Amino acid sequence: MSTRWFGAPVQRVEDDRLLRGHGRFTDDFGDGALECCFVRSPYAHARIRSIDASAARAMPGVIAVYTAADLPFGGVDLPLLIPHPNLTHGRTQRCLASDRVRYSGEAVAFVVAESRYVAEDAAELVEVEYEPLPVVITPEAALRAEHLVHDDVPGNVAAEMLQEVGDVENALQEAPHRKRLKLRYERAAASPMEGRAVWARWTAGDRKLTVYDSTQSPTSIRGGLAVLFGLPESNVEVIAPDVGGGFGPKIMLFYPDELLVPYAAIQLGRPVKWTEDRQEHFTAVNQERGQVHEVEVGFDTEGRLLALSDDFIHDGGAYTPYGIILPIITAAQLPGPYRIPSYRVRFRDMYTNATPTSPYRGAGRPHACFVMERTLDAIAAELRLDRIEVRRRNLIQSGDFPYYLGVAWQDGNTVVYDSGDYPTLLARAISKLGPRPAGDHVGMGIAVYVEGTGVGPYEGAHVQVLVSGKVVAATGIPNQGQAHATVWAQIVADELGVDVSDVEVTSGDTRRFPWGVGTFASRGAVTAGNAMHVAARMVADKARHIAADHLEAAVEDLELVGGRVRVKGSPDRGIPLSAVAVLSNPVRYAFGGGTEAATQFTAKPREGPPLRDGEQPGLEATGYYSPPGSTWASGCHAAYVRVDPNTFRLEILKYVVVHDCGRVINPLVLQGQIEGGVAQGIGGAFYERLAYDADGQLRNASFMEFLMPYATEIPAIDIDHIETPSPLNPLGVKGAGEAGVIPVGAVLASAIEDATGIAITEMPLSPLKLFELSR
Amino acid sequence: MRVNGVQRAATDDTRRLLSDHLRHDLGLTGTHVGCEHGVCGCCTVLLDGAPIRSCLMLAVQAEGHDVTTIEGLSRDGTALHPVQQAFHECHALQCGFCTPGFVMSVVGLLAQHPDPSPVEIEEGIAGNLCRCTGYASIRRAVHRAVELSTQGERMTGRQ
Repeated sequence: MSTRWFGAPVQRVEDDRLLRGHGRFTDDFGDGALECCFVRSPYAHARIRSIDASAARAMPGVIAVYTAADLPFGGVDLPLLIPHPNLTHGRTQRCLASDRVRYSGEAVAFVVAESRYVAEDAAELVEVEYEPLPVVITPEAALRAEHLVHDDVPGNVAAEMLQEVGDVENALQEAPHRKRLKLRYERAAASPMEGRAVWARWTAGDRKLTVYDSTQSPTSIRGGLAVLFGLPESNVEVIAPDVGGGFGPKIMLFYPDELLVPYAAIQLGRPVKWTEDRQEHFTAVNQERGQVHEVEVGFDTEGRLLALSDDFIHDGGAYTPYGIILPIITAAQLPGPYRIPSYRVRFRDMYTNATPTSPYRGAGRPHACFVMERTLDAIAAELRLDRIEVRRRNLIQSGDFPYYLGVAWQDGNTVVYDSGDYPTLLARAISKLGPRPAGDHVGMGIAVYVEGTGVGPYEGAHVQVLVSGKVVAATGIPNQGQAHATVWAQIVADELGVDVSDVEVTSGDTRRFPWGVGTFASRGAVTAGNAMHVAARMVADKARHIAADHLEAAVEDLELVGGRVRVKGSPDRGIPLSAVAVLSNPVRYAFGGGTEAATQFTAKPREGPPLRDGEQPGLEATGYYSPPGSTWASGCHAAYVRVDPNTFRLEILKYVVVHDCGRVINPLVLQGQIEGGVAQGIGGAFYERLAYDADGQLRNASFMEFLMPYATEIPAIDIDHIETPSPLNPLGVKGAGEAGVIPVGAVLASAIEDATGIAITEMPLSPLKLFELSR
Repeated sequence: MRVNGVQRAATDDTRRLLSDHLRHDLGLTGTHVGCEHGVCGCCTVLLDGAPIRSCLMLAVQAEGHDVTTIEGLSRDGTALHPVQQAFHECHALQCGFCTPGFVMSVVGLLAQHPDPSPVEIEEGIAGNLCRCTGYASIRRAVHRAVELSTQGERMTGRQ
């Protein structure tokens, strides 16, 4: 009996071992490995006068202490991952700082010892003499440029980019109404529950380097290590085992440890492991979201947008390893689902003495959405119009696709929305939200957003039917909880006509699949999902060809159902997939598993050599999917909140999400992605704040004071879906990983302003912030 | 100390954390370490049946006590513990890193309150952080675990 797995709420196949405590996270490996600890700068900006590691080196149990002077690559800048012509002053840090530190937490020395306890003790003994320098901690201070983060970067400006569609100046002049807004979004932290960790071993005889890394991109790490150590890529194996949450920052490469741990393993000839602790995670792992926007909008008396000009500065942090992807995304995503006849956006990417920035779930979009939605609320307030009505009047209509925005996108193309139905999203969300709850101090908030997902360049997959009839499938991108083992199995099972439980998926292990890019940017389902589909379809096609010879039937008359290849309409005429797998590999020696059927003296189904020209043995295939451009998901969130007028405690009375990510592979998994995203958004909007002081010290680098929400802060989320399939990929899917988080700040700002009358122009909020704003 | 019912040799390292002892001396890596300052709850184990943070306790302090870790809830090859089963059915885990701590907290909760009220559930899981799920599915899992535990008692004739 055939089952369509795609779209079914299949329960996860990866749960059992995770629930029994048999997960395989990086720190679970490597017992007996040497362990490490970093010496990190306590200053946000300082000149290093001297480093003396002699006492640490002399400590019993210490194996090595590395400073920049001890490394062959100590004077080499780490890679600038995404160059861009507008990034005129890109700067990256070195593995270990030797003369200047530019953020608190920057690595200065690396201690390797017999145990972590010894390594931490020894790190205390490394004497570093610093000469503190003036600190630039906010993007506004960076713009004032009273002090420079990099002496050779004038004005602290790493990059500037101006884009214009239409004639904004003229349109603003002619607009019946104009309004200016200044909006501010602060830095935030992804804070996965598992910090980062790296374990490496070097097999000298084979010249083989094996690295376990809690990374979102093992294939790129492999490429970089091969370059650094002068090894063929085939001699470098990088495995992202179970990864305890990623949310973006684990896509950055290289963090210093990702080079130092493998280097130490090679140098010392012993396995080496480093596991981050939570305190250093707060400053050593990339952050995001700091931006200040100055908006001018022109609109007509009906509230329709005529022109929008946005000039924003982006807090890039001390270095720009990830290029200018974040402000590019913000600039591209700011118009969202709304038609803006004339749009101009300029950004400047500013250096500050803070941890570098790279994408964190949402990646440039929560702030873009906040700016656009705050602008629409301001228009509604100015014209005394209903906020929902203003949105309805400005939405791009479902007949407008493909919709050309004309602004640069992160893949080098310009933005083209492929499909969507924004008016339905809005209408469905309003309907689900229902009437306003009774009582005082209640407010309503709403936001509509789009998300460019499934960015290229490509992903690949390998699918093989074993002689047992079981199926193995692998892709290069790793899993951080998105249920890859389940959803890839669903896609493969459909093509091969087998049960989901017959498909075993490996992801993020270069030994099984060496090519690919990574898990980020809501791209897994689109890129790796379609690659799985392509590869499985190739395997199915191969199975039909082999079975056609065997069954003496035409290829096009065959179907794969119930673990067999059979003749359509004659279900009794068929052959098990296991037998097809045997026949796919002509053998001389029957080594078990039924392989005697493929030896030379059994009946040959056809003339000619056992493998024809171009044929390959094995019932397997490798397929790739490379998207022509991003596919655009969308959604509408709406909420009712109550804000206590005395304590400013926030109570979320109702939160609804209507979401469109095209065809849904697994509604259970999707629901989890959305619920988790909204929770992360709520944390970022009202509880979590990175409290940097004027000296660039993060004053709340612990979970005691950085208030990630517990269950007590997160309400039930009411979720619904519409499906506008993507025309760009065979499965019709769009990404969903970041969707939940994007509009939450905008929704809560709107709702809290509605409830309290306090003008909200910044994120994050908190009871204390509302108290201050109310005075 | 007895760990999952088995008497284990004591450590002579007086500053060894219980979490490190379990993970790295005894190889019970199902207990995870998320913050090492007692806030995230990933390292939750049962000490004489009650949930504690194993990162806030020295291994030597656990001498003479019964410690239960996630590995002690159900033997490999046997059915999942009702709380584990409920987490599976309700999709109450994504990356799985916080999961052992949550499961142990809920086991401790249900030992104290076999039929917890919504408020007791909220309080029972309010000491564990999860960054993936948004907690909704974990709340559902606690309700489901109560159902499964009750069914299990009926089937085995226990009250």
